[in-house]
Amino acid sequence: MNGEGPVLLSRVAESVYWAARYLERAEATARLVNVHTELFLDLPKAAGMGWAPLLAVSGSRDAFGLRHTRVSEEKVVHFLTASAENPGSIISSVKQAHANLRVTQAILPSEAWGVLNQLHVWAAETRLEAVGRRTRLAWTSRFISQCRLFAGLLDGTMSHDDTYAFFEIGRGLERADMTTRVLDIQAGTLVAQPAGAGPFAELMWTGMLRSLSAHQMFRRIAGPMVTGPAALAFLLRDPQFPRSVEHCLIEISRALLEVCRHNDPMAGCADVQQVLEQTDLSSLGEGKKSAAALHEYVDRLQQGLARLHEVLVNTYFELEPSTIRVLQPA
Amino acid sequence: MTGPGTLTPSRETLLRRRSPLEAVLCIRAAGSRAVRLMSMRSSQSLSRPEPTMWEGYQSPGCWDELLADGQPRPACDGVVSYLAALGDRLAARQEAAELAVRAMGITFTVYTEASNIDKAWPFDVIPRVISTQEWERISLGLVQRLTVLNLFIGDLYGDARVLADGVFPAGLVASSVNFRPQCQSARPPQGVWAHICGSDLVRDVDGTMYVLEDNLRVPSGVSYMLENRLVTKRVFADLFRDLDIQPVDDYTNKLGGLLAALSPRPGEPPVIAVLTPGIFNSAYFEHAFLAQQMGAHLVEGKDLVVDGDDCVYMRTIGGLVRVDVIYRRVDDLFLDPEVFRPDSALGVPGLMRAWRAGKVGIANAPGAGVADDKVVYAYVPALIRYYLDEEPIIPNVPTWLCHLEDHRRYVLSHLDEMVVKPANESGGYGVFIGSRATKVAKEKIRRLVEARPRDYVAQPIVQLSTAPTLCDGKVVPRHLDLRPFVLVGQHPYVTQGGLTRVAMKQGSLVVNSSQGGGSKDTWVIDPTVVPAPGQSQAQSQSKW
Repeated sequence: MNGEGPVLLSRVAESVYWAARYLERAEATARLVNVHTELFLDLPKAAGMGWAPLLAVSGSRDAFGLRHTRVSEEKVVHFLTASAENPGSIISSVKQAHANLRVTQAILPSEAWGVLNQLHVWAAETRLEAVGRRTRLAWTSRFISQCRLFAGLLDGTMSHDDTYAFFEIGRGLERADMTTRVLDIQAGTLVAQPAGAGPFAELMWTGMLRSLSAHQMFRRIAGPMVTGPAALAFLLRDPQFPRSVEHCLIEISRALLEVCRHNDPMAGCADVQQVLEQTDLSSLGEGKKSAAALHEYVDRLQQGLARLHEVLVNTYFELEPSTIRVLQPA
Repeated sequence: MTGPGTLTPSRETLLRRRSPLEAVLCIRAAGSRAVRLMSMRSSQSLSRPEPTMWEGYQSPGCWDELLADGQPRPACDGVVSYLAALGDRLAARQEAAELAVRAMGITFTVYTEASNIDKAWPFDVIPRVISTQEWERISLGLVQRLTVLNLFIGDLYGDARVLADGVFPAGLVASSVNFRPQCQSARPPQGVWAHICGSDLVRDVDGTMYVLEDNLRVPSGVSYMLENRLVTKRVFADLFRDLDIQPVDDYTNKLGGLLAALSPRPGEPPVIAVLTPGIFNSAYFEHAFLAQQMGAHLVEGKDLVVDGDDCVYMRTIGGLVRVDVIYRRVDDLFLDPEVFRPDSALGVPGLMRAWRAGKVGIANAPGAGVADDKVVYAYVPALIRYYLDEEPIIPNVPTWLCHLEDHRRYVLSHLDEMVVKPANESGGYGVFIGSRATKVAKEKIRRLVEARPRDYVAQPIVQLSTAPTLCDGKVVPRHLDLRPFVLVGQHPYVTQGGLTRVAMKQGSLVVNSSQGGGSKDTWVIDPTVVPAPGQSQAQSQSKW
């Protein structure tokens, strides 16, 4: 009827964007829990690795503190996966993604909607299997593969139009954000240790790579030795690894090309890229001083990502009257 | 003015105790190849007699839509023969239909106290049939009715001639909950207020079709009519080839055309939006369906904004896009918080301003619901005479108005025989049916009627007609009604048939899907068109 293809309502674009963020968050949390569990089983008690860092990575330390006085494996894992009280838990994130996409059901391929629907129901019904150690790995693995199935269906059956672009933008932003959080906490802990970082340093750097599913790809380019600076460089600046911050920004820019009026968001993206490239990573070696420098660096990256989100909101989601007006849908 | 009276059957419908299968086999003893096929089949089954699903089918003293005295009604010949030949394999078709409903994701929402649940749309595979001849007459009657209701609404918000002439009591307008003073002196394009209407039709024991009520606010169900047809086309593909079944799927084109004609910018491609209350509305499925079918935008109130130029815009990622026409599925009280309910989050501030300034078309026009009042309904025959100087083509069900003292007294002393309805509710909510009411319920309705008589009307209990319906593996008679949809624009349009709603419980007269009702496809068939020879039967060799 409008001749020029469908118009994307701001509300729908925002729903798709948030759904992508929530799903990415859920999947990343599942990976984190999965890897941390494996690592925990491997490491002797002497390594002193606990469950508190997981809370820090997911930004839910305070929320957890409101409900629990003591940190234990069971409580932390429950809080991150199955808790309905934690808005950032896997269950809550899937619920949010589902609620957001429900509104836009008509534009999603029905097959993909069906998978998300099933995932939502299954995850809620079996959520306690995520907590028990015996069932946890199977549960998180299945959860991750269902997330991948959904993403694959979208990629393969949905037109790569501006609606899909908002899915990619949301996913890219959340993924970049998650990578910086993992770096901040895990790397921060490691870097802060005295030179040599104890007998388990390499194992823990490896764990960090693995919690971002980056270990194997890192090995292919970096060889057998895992060093802190090399791992950091890979996760921040490798243009080809899909979870590196650099790659996420490239993907966001590419997706933005599909969307109208992308000048401001593109500029926002370029700003983060600039921060990313400014710092000499080799100076982020080991020791307390460089830990502070790393933290400050990651903090600036996160602020850049938050600004990019703001620009997206102002440009696309919250249009006030008498702003930009178009005669006909483009 | 309609006064007290009763509906007495002019003719008893007598049904022999015989299944339609036997009946059809007897009537059409020899001749066509079709019957020979069936006879062969039946002689086979005679050697190993087994009860069929149709055994003992008999309407409980009501008019049956498909069968009279065990024989198919004129337009039903082809369908009944087909079903007879199909025999118990009908069950497989029902399963196929239910599968299709699920696969197509046809759902409706049930509200409970705890949550809202999406349920699969309950669908009965046996179609309800109406002859084209009868339908032509009904269509004329519906157009007559809606023409008059539109004249009436325009009159009420304009010169109020109908009040001055004493045809409609002014006091009833003053006490109408759906009269919107904010619409006075508004002049919608073409003088049309209620563009999209769904009038409910029922058939009494003697076969007379009555209008039971007119829904002029945001009538729903048309998507189910369209989807039902998609399902039967899948399940009875061969019948659609052989019988002359009138199509229904031009509805969305007609609706799109009607809406486009309301655009304030003729000559430019109109931007049309379907305004929905949102995902939690029970008809959201339909809103999304219609928007998709028409290529319109499905919007919520917060997607729209009225700017300083009094035009309506929708917020898109490209910027604000002007909207020319809004098909609103939001009740008018919630349309514009500046004018109506200030607490409404479903509407758009300034929308009424835009509409009155002629900057946006709205269907149905705000205020149209004033004629949705069941008290107004009772006056429709008088209004037809007043505005058109014609006699009503489709009669009303006799209606008592509880605010009139003699009517009220009669109603309260005959509660057992009455259906008492709130004048301004929809969805079958608050309806009292005397024949099955408890003492407590009777006391309650008596108190309600006495406290707020203007809000209640009463009608005799119409013994709704029945049609064969598949329930738990048996074909049984179930009561039904019919909601045709009427589009009022430059060229009035009536759907071919409409949405047939069925009460799935034995003896129940409540057909609303929110209260356990189901639905059937409705086939308008010309019985004078002879099917192509040797094709119209479910040949016994057809495979499953």
